[in-house]
Amino acid sequence: MRLPLPFRARPLAAAFFSLAALAAQAGFASTLHMIPQGDLKILDPIQNPSYITRNHGYMIYDTLFAQNAKGIIKPQMVDSWKVSADKKTWSFKLRDGLKWSDGTPVTAADCVASLKRWGARDVSGRLLFAAVGEIKASDAANFTIVLKSAFGPVLEMLGKPSSNVPFMMPERIAATDPNEQIKDTVGSGPFIFKRDEWVPGSKVVYIKNPNYVPRKEPADGLAGGKLVKVDRVEWNYIPDQNTALAAFKKGEMDIYELPPADFIPVLSADASIKLATDPLGDQGWLRPNHLAAPFDNPKARQALYYLVNQGEYMAAAGFPEAYRHKPCMAYFMCGSVNESFAGSAPYAGGKDIEKAKKLLQEAGYKGEKIVVLTPSEPPVQAAAAMVTVQNLKKAGVNVDAQAMDWSTLLARRAKKDGWHIFHTYSVGTDVFSPAVNAYAQANCEKAPSGWPCDAKLEQLRAAWVAEGDAAKRKKITDELQARMYEVVPYVNFGQFFQPMAYRTNLTGVLSVGVPVMWNIEKK
Amino acid sequence: MNYLLRRLLAVIPVLAVVAVIVFLLLRLAPGDPAVIIAGDTASAEDIEHIRQTLGLNRPVVEQFVGWIGQILRGDLGTSVFTGMPVAEMIRQRVEPTLWISALTMAFAVVFAVPMGIIAAWKAGTWVDRAVSGLAVAAFSLPVFVIGYGLVYGFSTQLDWFPVQGFKSLSDGFVPFIRHLALPVISGGLIYMALLARMTRSTMLEVLAQDYIRTARAKGLSSQRLLLRHALKNAAVPIVTTIGLGIAMLLSGVIVTESVFAIPGIGRLTVDSILRRDYPVIQGIVLVTATAYVLINLITDLLYGLFDPRIRY
Repeated sequence: MRLPLPFRARPLAAAFFSLAALAAQAGFASTLHMIPQGDLKILDPIQNPSYITRNHGYMIYDTLFAQNAKGIIKPQMVDSWKVSADKKTWSFKLRDGLKWSDGTPVTAADCVASLKRWGARDVSGRLLFAAVGEIKASDAANFTIVLKSAFGPVLEMLGKPSSNVPFMMPERIAATDPNEQIKDTVGSGPFIFKRDEWVPGSKVVYIKNPNYVPRKEPADGLAGGKLVKVDRVEWNYIPDQNTALAAFKKGEMDIYELPPADFIPVLSADASIKLATDPLGDQGWLRPNHLAAPFDNPKARQALYYLVNQGEYMAAAGFPEAYRHKPCMAYFMCGSVNESFAGSAPYAGGKDIEKAKKLLQEAGYKGEKIVVLTPSEPPVQAAAAMVTVQNLKKAGVNVDAQAMDWSTLLARRAKKDGWHIFHTYSVGTDVFSPAVNAYAQANCEKAPSGWPCDAKLEQLRAAWVAEGDAAKRKKITDELQARMYEVVPYVNFGQFFQPMAYRTNLTGVLSVGVPVMWNIEKK
Repeated sequence: MNYLLRRLLAVIPVLAVVAVIVFLLLRLAPGDPAVIIAGDTASAEDIEHIRQTLGLNRPVVEQFVGWIGQILRGDLGTSVFTGMPVAEMIRQRVEPTLWISALTMAFAVVFAVPMGIIAAWKAGTWVDRAVSGLAVAAFSLPVFVIGYGLVYGFSTQLDWFPVQGFKSLSDGFVPFIRHLALPVISGGLIYMALLARMTRSTMLEVLAQDYIRTARAKGLSSQRLLLRHALKNAAVPIVTTIGLGIAMLLSGVIVTESVFAIPGIGRLTVDSILRRDYPVIQGIVLVTATAYVLINLITDLLYGLFDPRIRY
């Protein structure tokens, strides 16, 4: 029996198109294609703290120190260092032979200028530089930091893994005003950014940096030798998540950096795909406006904790059970070195609408409109806002859920009035210590939107960074967290794990919370 | 010639009005690029510093005068995010959008005009009903539904076409056409439906004219009657629809470009609006407005070719 015409034509057509596909892909076997989490639009990882710009930074820049997979700080560009007995003078020697991608040598003066620029912009950098009396290069390979006041986590700050990462740049570039974007992308990292092939909103191209000098140790977390095993890396931004999923599953893309939570079951079921998660995970934040009544009263902010069931938020965001942390009441992340449950006992019973109502009344709430900034995306923030709105309504709150795009939300929340609550989240490496957690700041005007203001909390933060002894620091962490539960700078609505998906023809993929492209081989 | 010159000169006041409106609308809309650049953890002081470096703290009138000065010097400005010249960003995106628009319209015309002619010629028969049914279906289905359907069928299941992306003609004809086939079909169906219906209705009107009856009585062949006598006289509304369609496509391929991840003008517009990249939005609006005016002018000039009674 003859097949109907469409079926007879199908094998021929398939052969034609498959050959065409092979022809189109010829010569690109060692190109790694990644769907990034967003569009790279800003190239300066010091001016801009967005994660996509941070990830770009890891491609083309290197750091003095870096965290390994166990969270231990290891030297990266630094060869050796020493600290004086009083822990006030830190001396660093750079590795021999380090070069910028333009072939010029890396000098200590470059590193000093880079650290100064970072210190003027970053939350942790500002803390460190508030304690720095002098920082100077003594010769081409050596520089010194002299502290005027005690500062414990010096190496932790220099090896800070997430935004803003203290990336090293040539002195002429690092001399740029930290609020102004740099124009040159010369770095000493494992890759070179191909500006001539950059199509903002679509494609970012990197090639191997022939001048990069990797460490001899194997890659370990963000530390160790950053050996590049592909010729070229392309970040292909695909704004539509359904298209991104189809392209990834079909094999057009090798890595899908941040698939939405509701795609996790589909990806898990595919034998040609693996999922990698950062073991620390991320933390969701409900941020009240401390300047707007009733949340100018700590009791109203404490009431918010009684409205939160972390499981509800995780379910609404679409995270399968395996990708949710069990309910976690540690402000500085469960599973981190600073994990603490101090002060959380009053909230251990979980959601309690009646208690929330009572505290809101005590705070003087009389049915005024409460504005919840409700974004249409990103999905985690959008889902969290919906859950909060429902719970506030259950507590008898007059809620005004105002829907908007994320850019409008950012502009709205920058204003001190006109809103009461917004939601966001951060990666664990930006949360895990009082020195890096920007939303734990309670320095009034200088704090990010929400503007918590509490002198005792600030004193405890200052005491934490001044303390070098780990046991003493742990005690301060407990005190600080207990105070945070009284002040409630923000409400932690859950800890979760957002996986990165990659195809099984890749080996050497590192699970470090940052999509690093070194050490990966494509077969 | 005078007409052409007059119409070209008329572009200037149109663009001036567009420039004022787009500039003011953007300043009135909520959002602030400085807040986005400063990031999640920025203080009010950080945001203000960045606003100063971008010049966004200057009075609106001063910003407007500065921008107009740039435009008059032929400079569309620089993106506040990427630091790239706006003209360069638009140039990167023009090729995909032009190809999609041209091929989409070609696809629509090639299929729609014969369909409309046949439907009119066979009015009231099953052929007419089938064409009308197809047109209604194509009209009713949103572009993204058609797009996802095509991707599922021809990319994911049959593996004939890539899911997404764009390849320039300079990368070779086969990759070029493979990347554009599905976007063109998904975006073209709606225009095909529109054109087929327009062709059918105008042809029906023309076919009822006395001179057509006379031509039939003289024994003219159907082919000659339809193509030479009827279609030429029905062409003016069809050309108008094609002209409007091209203008709409130039700025309206946003959905197609988003579904198929094609880096065209539509996506650049959406991305720039979402991040409040004022210079880029302003540049795109000016360029698009110019393109609209020129396409309308070309359409008007084409009327004279099809209808000798129209003279300027």
